[in-house]
Amino acid sequence: MLTLTVFAPLGVAALLLALPRASGRAVRTVWVATCAVELALVSAQWVSYDGSGIGHETDRPWIPGAGAGYHVGVDGLSLPLLALTAVVFLACSLHTPAGQRGLRRFAALFLALETTCLGLFAALDLILFFLFFDLSIVGMYFVIAGWGHGARAARSALTFFLYTFVGSLALLLGFIGLYAAATPHTFDITELTADPPLEGGGAAGPLVLLAIALGLAVKTPTVPFHTWLPPAHTDAPAAGSAVLAAVLLKMGTYGFVRIALPVLPQAWRTYALVFVVVGVVSALYGALVALAQTDFKRMVAYTSVNHMGYVLLALGAAGLVAGSDAQARSVAVTGAVVQMVSHGLITAALFLLAGILWERGGTYRMDAYGGLAARAPRFAALTALAAFASLGLPGLSGFVAEFQIFAGSLGSAPVPTAVALLGVLVTAGLFLWALQRLFLGPAGDRSAGVSDLRGAQWWSVAPLLGLSVAVGVAPRWLLDTVVPAARTTVELVSR
Amino acid sequence: MSGAHTDPLALTPELLLLLGAVAALLTGSFLPRARQWPARAVAALALAGSLTAAALQATGAERTVYAGTYALDGATHAARLIAPAAALAVLALSVERVRGDRREAEFSVLVLLGTLGSVVLAGASDLLVLAVAYLLASFPLYALAGWGRDARGAEAALKLYLLGTLLGITLLLGACVLYGLGGATDYAALAHALPSAPAAALAAGTVAVLGGLLFKVGAVPAHFWVPDAAAGASVPAAAFLTTVPKIGGFVALYRLLTAVPDAVADWRLPVAVLAVATMTLGNLAAFTQRDPLRLLGYSTVSQAGYLLMAVAVAGRPGSLRALLFYLAAYALTNLGAFAVAAALPGRTTLRSYAGAGRRHPWLTGALVVCLLGLVGTPPTAVFLGKLTVFAVSWDGGMAWLAVVAALNTVASLFYYLRWIAPAVGVSPGGDGGRGGDEGGDGDSGDRGDGGLGGTRPRRWAAGTALATAAGTLLLGAGAGAVLALLPAAVTR
Repeated sequence: MLTLTVFAPLGVAALLLALPRASGRAVRTVWVATCAVELALVSAQWVSYDGSGIGHETDRPWIPGAGAGYHVGVDGLSLPLLALTAVVFLACSLHTPAGQRGLRRFAALFLALETTCLGLFAALDLILFFLFFDLSIVGMYFVIAGWGHGARAARSALTFFLYTFVGSLALLLGFIGLYAAATPHTFDITELTADPPLEGGGAAGPLVLLAIALGLAVKTPTVPFHTWLPPAHTDAPAAGSAVLAAVLLKMGTYGFVRIALPVLPQAWRTYALVFVVVGVVSALYGALVALAQTDFKRMVAYTSVNHMGYVLLALGAAGLVAGSDAQARSVAVTGAVVQMVSHGLITAALFLLAGILWERGGTYRMDAYGGLAARAPRFAALTALAAFASLGLPGLSGFVAEFQIFAGSLGSAPVPTAVALLGVLVTAGLFLWALQRLFLGPAGDRSAGVSDLRGAQWWSVAPLLGLSVAVGVAPRWLLDTVVPAARTTVELVSR
Repeated sequence: MSGAHTDPLALTPELLLLLGAVAALLTGSFLPRARQWPARAVAALALAGSLTAAALQATGAERTVYAGTYALDGATHAARLIAPAAALAVLALSVERVRGDRREAEFSVLVLLGTLGSVVLAGASDLLVLAVAYLLASFPLYALAGWGRDARGAEAALKLYLLGTLLGITLLLGACVLYGLGGATDYAALAHALPSAPAAALAAGTVAVLGGLLFKVGAVPAHFWVPDAAAGASVPAAAFLTTVPKIGGFVALYRLLTAVPDAVADWRLPVAVLAVATMTLGNLAAFTQRDPLRLLGYSTVSQAGYLLMAVAVAGRPGSLRALLFYLAAYALTNLGAFAVAAALPGRTTLRSYAGAGRRHPWLTGALVVCLLGLVGTPPTAVFLGKLTVFAVSWDGGMAWLAVVAALNTVASLFYYLRWIAPAVGVSPGGDGGRGGDEGGDGDSGDRGDGGLGGTRPRRWAAGTALATAAGTLLLGAGAGAVLALLPAAVTR
């Protein structure tokens, strides 16, 4: 059933491509329906998951000669991200109007992308993971290059492709290193986790970790590998940005939790402080650069760097075993996973809202707008809610995530955590300032064109924020799944 | 192995190729000039027959025949299947180009003879057979390069001929030296005798033989003919020249080097350095090309570099399997890219591919699959080829080589994208692809397209492109089954 869930969108994509005469309305209906069915399938698997170990597992030999298998399954780390993927893709399908240019291919591309994202989060084999990782890059390249706006879309797409492809090759090298070190040679993540290779010390462990971390850090992205992110986001279409920020970035952080921590525990513990520092620098740098932006979409893009920095801080702190108790470290990892989900929901909403701003006003420049609160109250309300969620207001998902990250990291890395807290302050300031420039004060020269949200657009954004509120108010349903898995990860990394 | 094998049926696949060449030549001479397609049909039949015979023989025991001079092992079987299959694809993609030409039949004959040379090169387990196979694999290629009878074809043929003759002489010289050192020409006896040979002489002899084989595979420092042949020869000939000789050449390299003791003359590091030089030079030179065929020419040079990685760890576990799988994947993917170029003869620069995605969506899809395949994007066959080759070099103690190859792969992405980007309707720094993606939903039929308008893609070539692109995806998906069939070691 998991296999069906992963590959069904790809099948529908092929079907759409085979029907050149389908009308825009029909294409959109099929697209939305597929995404809704996907969400139902993922939800069904979450409900039927029994809460421990790996569920819905399929393990078939694929390329036994090369040690790779078709091994998929779900656990408390992957289920929330699978659900996030299904939710975000549904929101994107709702957000895209039937009149979208090249809608049939756009829908097919997004459905294919959904397969790669679901497949990556379900993969329990390094080669399968890499396959989906690479294909997601190819898919996103075509989204940005084909449907991006702005004169530099093609160049941004190329930058994105080159950066993340370099990262993916570093990742592949790291995987081959793990494969060569394991006896018997295998790419299977569960086998590598059960019996981690490269535990004997020596230079190989740190080098393999370096390669893997490099690949994942480019995708996450962390400073200094983040430079592809702002142009890619600025030039991508709204739905593309939403998927890129909400789901594709999570591939990097998910890779850390799924592969780097459990498979290279010794190297991770040794170099945990490096990841803590990189996380803190990303968080602060992302926040400060976001503060300096005049372009709304670019600003949101840089806050992604900030939020992903917190995730890395928490994961690094989970590796600082000395002088901290396992309880605190598992709180940090839980916070990291919740942050992935929370950031996915909020940023997807913010990028979709930015897309609406572009569609109505033709620019992302914040000083071209003003006084939108009176003109478009529903748009203003949703944007404000998303901004508050992003800056970590209690009662919203960002708070649950960041509180756990800081609470869990404080014990093992007190100084970095204290420094990272400054990032929250800056983020709060920049979002409030952005809200003020967009919604209050006198109307700007582009404000006149901005009308309020209508039907499908409301329904594409509001549920994302509704989920964010749900996580913020009643996080138990999410935490009950995440906490056991986080505890297992902490045990694995501290062996 | 016993030297008494003189089983004439053992060489049925090779004999079928030879008979096919003779039959095609005769058929061609008796047919009117305007209707020579039966000659091509004869050639295709011979290739199909050779493939069938090879498949039937592939289950037999691994052995050598004719006094140990010719190996019938998994590597030969694989070459017997890959080379004729590639030749069949070349014949298919050549249909429109050679139809009605004065030398239509000769094209098929030369393709058959070149394929035969490549197969014998792969099977040769004796220095003298290797030398004969080298000549047999080279002479048809000289003629094939100049087959188009234009100035650029003549230049390609001349370059190929001069380099081929020069390096053929060094190969013979090296064979003499190795014979002098080992007192025998068959690899089994050489492997037995060479460990006691003086290191300097052994190194000199090995290098001289390698020179000839590096020419066959188009690797540095004998790669100069590749870009000229790719861009100067007619497209089908270029597809053949850059694909089929590599199959025999790499198997021959592998077979020869496993017979040379690396403890006496350490050939692993030099081969690894050559691999690095080949892939790097091929990639760097491809950067600035404007002609897609020349770009493909340099791309085949860089691919030869990745293939040499498997040769650098020859004899170590998994290396032969990785080499043969990569060869099959490369042949399929490279032919696919050439087939697209053959299908769209009007588009001679990268820029002229603009709008191809709108007019020929399927063909452009095949191009994207093949080019991304050459980069090594999963799930295409070359990705798994690269994966296995990287893994065996890492496993064989050359992790640094895998790192360099990965860096080169990144570099290669750049120039493949220079071709993909205009084809799918985006050009870096251009109009952002707005125009390029419109209207692709409808039937893109016969709208005018800047002079290229009326030209429909050539059907046979386009069919070959689609088939090879599908094949590269299938081979990627079925890699497990294929890898399991491939042999672990060569037989002497």
